[in-house]
Amino acid sequence: MGLTMSEQVLARASGKDRVAPGAIVDCTVDLLYMHEMLAIALKPFQEIGVGRVWDPAKIVVTLDHWVPPPNPEIAKMHQTIREFCRQQGIAHFHDIGDHGIVHQLIAERGYAQPGDLVIGSDSHTNMVGAVGAFAAGIGATDTAAVMATGRLWLKVPETIRVDVRGTLAKRTVSKDVILRVIKTTGDDGAQYKAVEFTGPTVKGMPMHERLVLSNMTTEMGAKVGMIEADEKTKEYLAHAGRPFRPIRGDEDAGYVKTYDIDVDGMGPQVACPSNPANVKDVEEVKGTKVDVAFLGSCTNARIEDLRIAAELLKGEKVSPQVRFLITPASQRIYRQALTEHLAEVFLDAGATFTSSTCGPCFGGHMGTLAAKEVCISSTNRNYPGRMGSPESLVYLASPWTVTASALYGEITDPRGV
Amino acid sequence: MQEVLRGRVWVFGDGISTDHIIAGKYLGTTDAKVFAEHAMENVDPSWAKKVRPGDILVAGDNFGCGSSREQAPMALMSLGIAAIVANSFARIFYRNAINLGLPVVECRGLVAQVKEGEVVTVDLARGRIRTAAGLESTAAPYPPHILEILKAGGLVPKLRAELAARGPA
Repeated sequence: MGLTMSEQVLARASGKDRVAPGAIVDCTVDLLYMHEMLAIALKPFQEIGVGRVWDPAKIVVTLDHWVPPPNPEIAKMHQTIREFCRQQGIAHFHDIGDHGIVHQLIAERGYAQPGDLVIGSDSHTNMVGAVGAFAAGIGATDTAAVMATGRLWLKVPETIRVDVRGTLAKRTVSKDVILRVIKTTGDDGAQYKAVEFTGPTVKGMPMHERLVLSNMTTEMGAKVGMIEADEKTKEYLAHAGRPFRPIRGDEDAGYVKTYDIDVDGMGPQVACPSNPANVKDVEEVKGTKVDVAFLGSCTNARIEDLRIAAELLKGEKVSPQVRFLITPASQRIYRQALTEHLAEVFLDAGATFTSSTCGPCFGGHMGTLAAKEVCISSTNRNYPGRMGSPESLVYLASPWTVTASALYGEITDPRGV
Repeated sequence: MQEVLRGRVWVFGDGISTDHIIAGKYLGTTDAKVFAEHAMENVDPSWAKKVRPGDILVAGDNFGCGSSREQAPMALMSLGIAAIVANSFARIFYRNAINLGLPVVECRGLVAQVKEGEVVTVDLARGRIRTAAGLESTAAPYPPHILEILKAGGLVPKLRAELAARGPA
């Protein structure tokens, strides 16, 4: 029997010809990336006692959760990270000014390549699977162990195949597809498992849409969310100037389950409070009043998402009932939005346009919610208290639906705008 | 690792996320006391004050889903939680807890058999859990390498021991 993509990567990374689901393998890590979790990982790293990181060239660090730092304690945390990177010779440290939400930074700068074993100190590391890497998130102690040894034990996951076909309705995008998939599987439907997306709809998607699919496999409980590396992947990564190795699942690979998702004619989807699997058609929730609209996060704040917002906002005004916050996923995207004059459209419409941070998505800073406030957000999670008060409510939707809702002050079907 | 634990039970439902366990707004520190103070605040704001060292959490499906924040198991450990028994765990939370030496035990159905406040016995080595009413449940056995991490008291002591055994480079 052939191998799925994740089995191929884990076999190579553990120096074996093949691996089978359930086996525990000790793997060599190709790329480790971290954000502020590095500050929590320092203590276990020091306790392990090796002194030096295994290979500074294979480590990328940025600051993203609290940028710029909102208080002296976090500023101190950033200082500690900055100092550590200097001491350890970690050249790929992207300090404030050159920062981005780490998953976007890794993707847009071409740090991860198809077939790589990529480990990140954040649950949405899954996003990087869209370039054909095995990209999995870990916590602080595992991060410390990888920093010290360059190795990580992994259980070879069973693989779920998600086969998406059909042509989406107008103003319906990959965010709507992944919300439909999560509705189908539940928020633990891929627990401990790898997900591979395939099918004509996925193959037809540009990279910025594929990244959304992989990103939210985290909300299915998946270890990784991989997509075959094809010509589009090659083109996306070409600027990095590294040799391109395509990867795809073998024809006779073993999948534990296949979901056939038919999205033909499907319209926008909305994940309702307070679980990302509580997904409804936009028609069922339209008219729900919103106080805040947020276009941001690693999930949906790329230049293409900002262009969508600008298309709907041009010459219009955000509803006086709504604060519309637009936060690009990286400083490069921020710069591009200025070049394309999108920033003017946002400001003229009464939106707030900020530099890149994870802040509002996890209730950290720069736009947290008060009790009873309702937010429609292009982000990935809506568990109680996710974006602020435990009594606030979060609806997850695409950039189209978020922007349309910001204009009308209530959840709005973007197809009618 | 203490192999047999006896503790008072706190019952939680399905889908307790890391946002429930420790909210994002409290993560801007490395001080574990802050995480402990606000543990489970999004479920019950007074919970952290009521919990006692040695208590055991019993929960439903997908405990610890969401973020990779290790501050979630750190918060529970800082309060002295002895073990978490759930129908299932989210993968990163599971790894984080084991790495810190906090026993997480997969035992489907226990949550329906226990009441808040009763005392249960968890035999980690044998994988058996006994309720106050005397009902016995079997936990999913630990793979050997996970048991080794727990026995060492977490991943850091295990790696330290391995490096020491290897001798100076």
